[in-house]
Amino acid sequence: MPTDTENRELISLPTAELLRLAPFAGDFFSSIGLELPAEEISTADYFASLDAELLEDLGLERQTLAERFTAFMELLENLKSGIDSAHIESITIRGGHDKSGRAEEFDLTVKPGEVICIVGPTGSGKSRFLADIEWMAQGDTPTGRNILINGAAPDPSQRFSIEHKLVAQLSQNMNFVMDLTVEEFITMHAESRMVDDISSVTAAIIKLANDLAGEKFTPQTPVTALSGGQSRALMIADTSCLSTSPIVLIDEIENAGIDRKRAVHTLVDKRKIVLMATHDPILALMGDRRLVFKNGGIATIIDTSQEERANLVRFEEMDAMLGAVRNALRNGELIGKLG
Amino acid sequence: MKLITIAGPPSSGKTAVTIKAIAALQREGVHVGVVKFDSLSTQDQTVYEKQGVAVMSGLSGNLCPDHFFVSNVSDCLSWGAEKGFDLLVIESAGLCNRCAPHIQGVLAVCVIDNLSGVDTPKKIGPMLKMSDVVVITKGDIVSQAEREVFSYRVRQVNANATIINVNGLTGQGGHELGKLLLNAPETPDLEGRLLRFSMPAALCSYCLGQRKIGSDFQMGNVKKMDFK
Ligand SMILES: Nc1nc2c(ncn2[C@@H]2O[C@H](COP(=O)(O)OP(=O)(O)OP(=O)(O)O)[C@@H](O)[C@H]2O)c(=O)[nH]1
Ligand SMILES: Nc1ncnc2c1ncn2[C@@H]1O[C@H](COP(=O)(O)OP(=O)(O)O)[C@@H](O)[C@H]1O
Ligand SMILES: [Mg+2]
Ligand SMILES: [Mg+2]
Repeated sequence: MPTDTENRELISLPTAELLRLAPFAGDFFSSIGLELPAEEISTADYFASLDAELLEDLGLERQTLAERFTAFMELLENLKSGIDSAHIESITIRGGHDKSGRAEEFDLTVKPGEVICIVGPTGSGKSRFLADIEWMAQGDTPTGRNILINGAAPDPSQRFSIEHKLVAQLSQNMNFVMDLTVEEFITMHAESRMVDDISSVTAAIIKLANDLAGEKFTPQTPVTALSGGQSRALMIADTSCLSTSPIVLIDEIENAGIDRKRAVHTLVDKRKIVLMATHDPILALMGDRRLVFKNGGIATIIDTSQEERANLVRFEEMDAMLGAVRNALRNGELIGKLG
Repeated sequence: MKLITIAGPPSSGKTAVTIKAIAALQREGVHVGVVKFDSLSTQDQTVYEKQGVAVMSGLSGNLCPDHFFVSNVSDCLSWGAEKGFDLLVIESAGLCNRCAPHIQGVLAVCVIDNLSGVDTPKKIGPMLKMSDVVVITKGDIVSQAEREVFSYRVRQVNANATIINVNGLTGQGGHELGKLLLNAPETPDLEGRLLRFSMPAALCSYCLGQRKIGSDFQMGNVKKMDFK
């Protein structure tokens, strides 16, 4: 993988050679509004040859181009190495204090593959807790909490780097604002992650999403035509395969027309840490632990017991029954007397 | 006093995120003032006032709002100093993608929203490419995949900026943005400072009020499209 010095040398390579070594380098030129240089010209010579008026029009300064190029190539490297090694083994939340200043007496360590539920009334501090994790709080948020990565304070440069974003969020009122087919959409995401085999990753994600969604869709379906359940299924499959973030935050997947249990298992299988703000009985009992929020702090941490979990079977039966009624209603059937 | 320029396309969420950041700063006792630049009218004055933020508006009328900004920025600074602010935020009109009211040595923030589409970052000039902090808003409305692609595309055109997602409605990220604003360097005065990039050259007959169309009426800095 090219190092810093090698990046500096990339700039002297003829474009054909550059693109052979780093296929995504072409994006650099288009992203700032420049045409791809001719094959035999090096990036450095190309910069020197650009018309001053063109640069002025594009709002670019010649002397910063080389620096921009180097920064771009470093970004590509960081993203690539970020995918190659998702080296998060644990995330620790070191307790701070609640709104009255009462200390939270715990260190909570979560590991890939764990499911954590977050419960508590509105205003109790659930969103603040998630924001603490998202921004890797270092005692500098209203709660005074500290976030440790693999047992140590994260490097300050990681706090705002998109390559090291800790949390991917799957929210309820999410829309697609792009007019693309499912296949084009996932391809675009895979490209931004510099995945090696884009078409097979894309195919795998679409298949996975179809397994999760009640109603099937094809790679050619426009994303804007997907139902709520299909959209969520697609985003769960996409996030589990393409996101570098070790934590996936889900708020409310109740009744979304998707197999909730399998959705969570999909993320767990991909070694994500799943955080769910939910009061849905089935989801809550799937969690390994529940964090109970009160007055801006975590009041208790409940480990889901065998006894609690034994109820899951009952809840699933009830859920299946309601699901069947929902289907009957959709199909225009009458609801008979319940047995 | 610390000075900050906040720019971004119309309705990208500049006021919304600024207010969330200011609210967090005010809780820590930081005294913040705002100057809003716009062309015809602005609602922002009342929005800031409602939050208890001292605010001044500058309307450029028939002048380019960004040129108007440069001509008045030193006076804004004096006003802020007089009022005793710790931090003065200047919110630009952000009407043209080529312009940037960013000043060398002054913390430059660009606010863009996820809804504007993943091709937008490459269409915005120095306002985005030369900013120190890029705030991305309206992440609540789009999918996780779009958010990731969008921030990647921002990173492509400005690899050195700090990129931060802030929700202008819920305020998620506002506290963190406030921290970043506090990192701004002190700006005692602006005399002789340089803009980060030249404003677009514009001195043609239409700048001077001409309304008639046709080559006889075009004078000065005129540029023609190439149809070949
Ligand atoms: N859903 C959502 N809406 C937002 C967000 N941020 C801002 N808005 C809304 O977007 C609209 C425009 O926000 P403003 O803060 O006024 O935008 P602005 O950039 O200051 O606009 P001008 O100063 O007029 O150019 C408002 O209705 C905001 O409530 C966000 O993160 N999510
Ligand atoms: N430990 C704390 N100390 C001070 N303020 C807090 C604390 N926890 C939360 N807050 C503040 O309380 C408010 C409500 O918290 P929030 O996280 O939005 O609650 P929820 O998501 O549970 O509805 C927010 O303004 C948040 O910043
Ligand atoms: Mg909340
Ligand atoms: Mg505004």
